[in-house]
This record gives sequence, C-alpha cells and structure tokens, in this order.
Amino acid sequence: MAVVTPQIVEQVALLARLRLEGEALSATVAQLDRILEYVKRLQAIPTEGVEPTSHVLPLSNVMRADAPQPSLAQEAVCRMSPSAQPPFFKVPKVIEG
Amino acid sequence: MPAASWLAQPMHVLQPALAQGTLSPAAVVEELLARLASHNPALQAFLEVSTERLRAQAHALSQQPRQGKLYGVPIALKDNLCLQGELTTCASRILEGFRAPYDATVITRLKAEGALLVPRANMDEFAFGSSTENSAFGLTRNPWDASRVPGGSSGGSAAAVAADLCAGALGSDTGGSIRQPAAFCGVVGLKPTYGRVSRYGLVAFASSLDQIGPLTKDVRDAALLLSVIAGHDPRDSTSAPVAVPDYLTALERPVKGLRLGVPQLSEEGLDPQIKQAVEAAVRQFEQLGLQVERIALPHLPHAVEVYYIIATAEASSNLARYDGVQYGHRAAENRHPNALLDMYFSTRTSGFGPEARRRILLGTYVLSQGYYEAYYLKGMKVRTLIKQDFEQAFQRCDVVLMPTTPTPAFRVGEKLTDPLQMYLSDIYTISANLAGIPALSMPCGFSAESLPIGLQLLAAPFKEDVLLQAAYAYEQATEWHRRKPAISIK
Repeated sequence: MAVVTPQIVEQVALLARLRLEGEALSATVAQLDRILEYVKRLQAIPTEGVEPTSHVLPLSNVMRADAPQPSLAQEAVCRMSPSAQPPFFKVPKVIEG
Repeated sequence: MPAASWLAQPMHVLQPALAQGTLSPAAVVEELLARLASHNPALQAFLEVSTERLRAQAHALSQQPRQGKLYGVPIALKDNLCLQGELTTCASRILEGFRAPYDATVITRLKAEGALLVPRANMDEFAFGSSTENSAFGLTRNPWDASRVPGGSSGGSAAAVAADLCAGALGSDTGGSIRQPAAFCGVVGLKPTYGRVSRYGLVAFASSLDQIGPLTKDVRDAALLLSVIAGHDPRDSTSAPVAVPDYLTALERPVKGLRLGVPQLSEEGLDPQIKQAVEAAVRQFEQLGLQVERIALPHLPHAVEVYYIIATAEASSNLARYDGVQYGHRAAENRHPNALLDMYFSTRTSGFGPEARRRILLGTYVLSQGYYEAYYLKGMKVRTLIKQDFEQAFQRCDVVLMPTTPTPAFRVGEKLTDPLQMYLSDIYTISANLAGIPALSMPCGFSAESLPIGLQLLAAPFKEDVLLQAAYAYEQATEWHRRKPAISIK
C-alpha cells in the first residue's frame, strides 16, 4: 500500500509554500513513496524506554550577559533584500484599500 | 623545485617557503590563476574566480609581516561559508546575488593566520546531495575521470584539492559531505566532532548534524587546518568549550598499542575492490602495532533511514527563511488578491532546485501532525541507539575503521534519477554525524579503473588527535597519498 497519496503531498506542499501540480506532483508522490517505504524499516526496531536524541552535546541553556553588543547596521541588512526602502523591507500589499 | 609546482605541495611545505620569503604570495596567485584558467572551465570546481580579488589579497599580504600558520596559502572555500562582501549562494538560485554581510568565524580565523582565500567552491544546492550534480550552476567533474562525479556535497572543494587548484580547502559535512568527496577524489577529509568548530556564518542545512572541516593533500595538512579553525566561539551556542590539543604534536605520538575496532558490516552493495583495500589497511595497521578488535555496531544499517528523517526535518525548518523578503531571489510579483502568499509560492518554487524541493517536502511531511511520532520521534530514538553503539565500541577500542563509501566515484547521471540510490552512497559516513563523533577519510588504494578508494577512521568525541595520530602513521607507511590524477602538477 502506498505510504503517501497525491492528496497528502498536496497538503504538505501547501504547508511548505511550494507549488506542485500535474506531472511534477505525480513524480514527487512516487519518489517520496519510495523513500518513505525504505524509511519505514525503522518501525521494526524496538525502542521502548529509549530516550530520543535531538542533540549530541551535553550542553543546555547557553547564556551570555544581557549586555548590548554591536550588530549589523540597518542599512546594510536592508541592502541584502530584493526590495527594501530602509529601514523597511517591502512586500506585496496585504491589505486592500 | 621547478617554478610552477608550488600548488602541488601540501600546505606544510608551501607555508614555510612563503614565510621565509623564498616564494611570494603574488607568485602563488599567478600560478593559481594560470591553473584555474586552464582547468576550471572543464572541472568547474569553482563557481567563480575573482582575479582582481586574488591579486589584491596577494598585494595586501606582501605588505604584512610574513607571519601566520597559513601565510599566503590558498584555501578554497565552499559556497556555503559567509565571506564579507562576497557572493555566498549555496549553489542555489534562491540565494543568487546574495553578498554576505559578515565573515564566518572560520573565515575570521583563516584571515588571522594570513591565508589566501579562494571562494567559491561548487557544491550540491544547500549541500543536498552526494555528487555535486545538484548545483544550480552546473556540475563539477572528478579530476581522476571527467565522466565521473567528484562526490558531494563538498565536490568543488575536493576536486580543487585533488587537481592542485588550491593548497587546501574547507567544506561542510552533514552526512558525509566532506569524507565522501575526499574518498572519490583521493584526498584527506576530516569531519570534526559536533561542536569542535564554530558554525557561525555557515549557512544551515541540518543544525544538529552540520560541521565544517578541512579537505587537504595529506594528514599533516588536515591537522594544521583543524588547529586553525577548532575552538570555542561565543557566537555559536553549539560550539563546545573544550580545550583544543596540539594536533601537530599528536601526529608524532607512537601508535603501538592503540586498539583498532573493525565492525562486522553487511556486504550488500559493497564493491569487492573496496572491501579488499580496507582489509589490506587493517593488516597494515596490525603491522604498525595496533591491536585489532572485532566490534559490533548493530544499528549502523539503519543510519540512512534515521538520517533522511532528521536531516530533512531540520532542513525544512531551516529553509523556511527563504521567502523572498529579506535576501536573495524574489519572483516577479502579480496583482493577485493574495499577492504576498503568491510571492512566497512563486519565489520558493522557482528558487529551489528539485532535490531541495524534495527534501523540504519530506521534512515537512515527517514533522506534520499524525506522522511526527512514527517518523521523527522514532528516528530520534534510533539515533540514540546508534550513538550508544559507538559509546560501547569506544570502551573497547580507540579508533574504528570502515570504508568511506561502498563504491568508487560513480558516473555523472548514474544516480540522479533515483534519489534513494544517491542517499545510499552515504551509508558508511552518516552514522558519525548522527553520533556527533569525529571521522576522517584518507586514500587507501585504487580500483582497477584507477579511481581512488577511501578509508574511514572514527574516534570518540573530541579525540581528533587520536584520529590524526593513527591516520598519520598509516600515511607514513603507505604511498597512496602520493599518487595524483593526470590533471595535477607532476
């Protein structure tokens, strides 16, 4: 049985803000299905009582003094944007009026 | 020494000549430019060569005292490392035109030691791949055989070192992206312990796995380059406050009595020539006085599954920032009622290549409601088991030995249409990233078709010194690292 369906992949693409239609959709469904079918082999491994590892270093809550430090200039940051009017980033209109 | 052969030398030979003044940075740059002009168009190890910038650097260095561990030494930089004022694109259209506003910490450290920086080595887009074919700006070819891939994702860095288009290089390794191309191109590649090298200024792929490391012509150079980039950095909260030992002194330590762990591996998909070369390396280590221990890494066969859950989940989250607003590419806007949303979709769909889109989708899927426990949580638990396998192994041995790759370099196009086959080429390298341990690949033989074969050594966390010590002893006893592709300087 297929792990993923076109409907599931369409929903995931919507969440990921990627357009996926027609042949690209069916090809992606087939590829993801083959990969996930392989990945499913994990289900056979007993993991009862095993703690998940999200991070390998025994580090937690790395803090520094709450003191201001130099940062990038607003102007320099805005210059990286494809559309900016320092000190603002410009985006398409979101409110009609 | 003939005038035009400096780039063939390892960094530890080049640097003293530059520091003593028998060779000038300008002479190195002119030789480099000549080689790049004749070989880069065919190999495409670099996406761009800035003649002016290289000459300006040589001039600036000539005005400085001849000091620094890397004074005048040309180091290639993978295109995911931020170099202030220069393009940094991760070989992706979505970052086309992006100029880094600051230096990565590794770059600051290279500059402080007088290195000559050579941007931008080609890579798979966002480091997604094992062949450098996923670069949005064209593939890199293997210096040993132009019909084959150099490996990936740091394929440009590895090809540049092998073809003498630089003295050494930096790459990044999330699942084997330094070691696998090092093996395919016959050079040394080291992925340090997670936390050993600061990642400030490295464009993120999978944050619990990524590490920056050296690709070099020999083991001494790997020790030298690591000694420059290793150490705590307050700008990277995952960088470890652990003292950095003297890696160059460690090379000279006697290896007799070190325990070498050799795991029982499944031979499915393993090229018999690789198996033979690796078995011969085990015998070589025995002759050097290492004590061979047979060990078990029972969860290793599941590393690929765990990796493609965790790495894609983290990538989908890291790549959410590319939305056309703050930097990089933005697709043309329209007057659609949902213009902002439409801009996000158009920007991301046109900006990311096929493999990036595939991984974002896979990662979004494994993190989404209803699938999280079956995939992501399960993956993190099996990651614990893989890590424990290594912890147990390192109670019985100092260094683990296995192949770097199941086959030598494959042909251009061979695995491009089958993502799963491409993923499986990382089967031996992925576990070191999941466990966070250091691992090194070095040449240990050649196939019948004269393609390099890589040997992988792994050690316990922060034991890069032991890794380099064992690797150096093997290198001193063998000649593999002296063999060079026809394209190199003879």
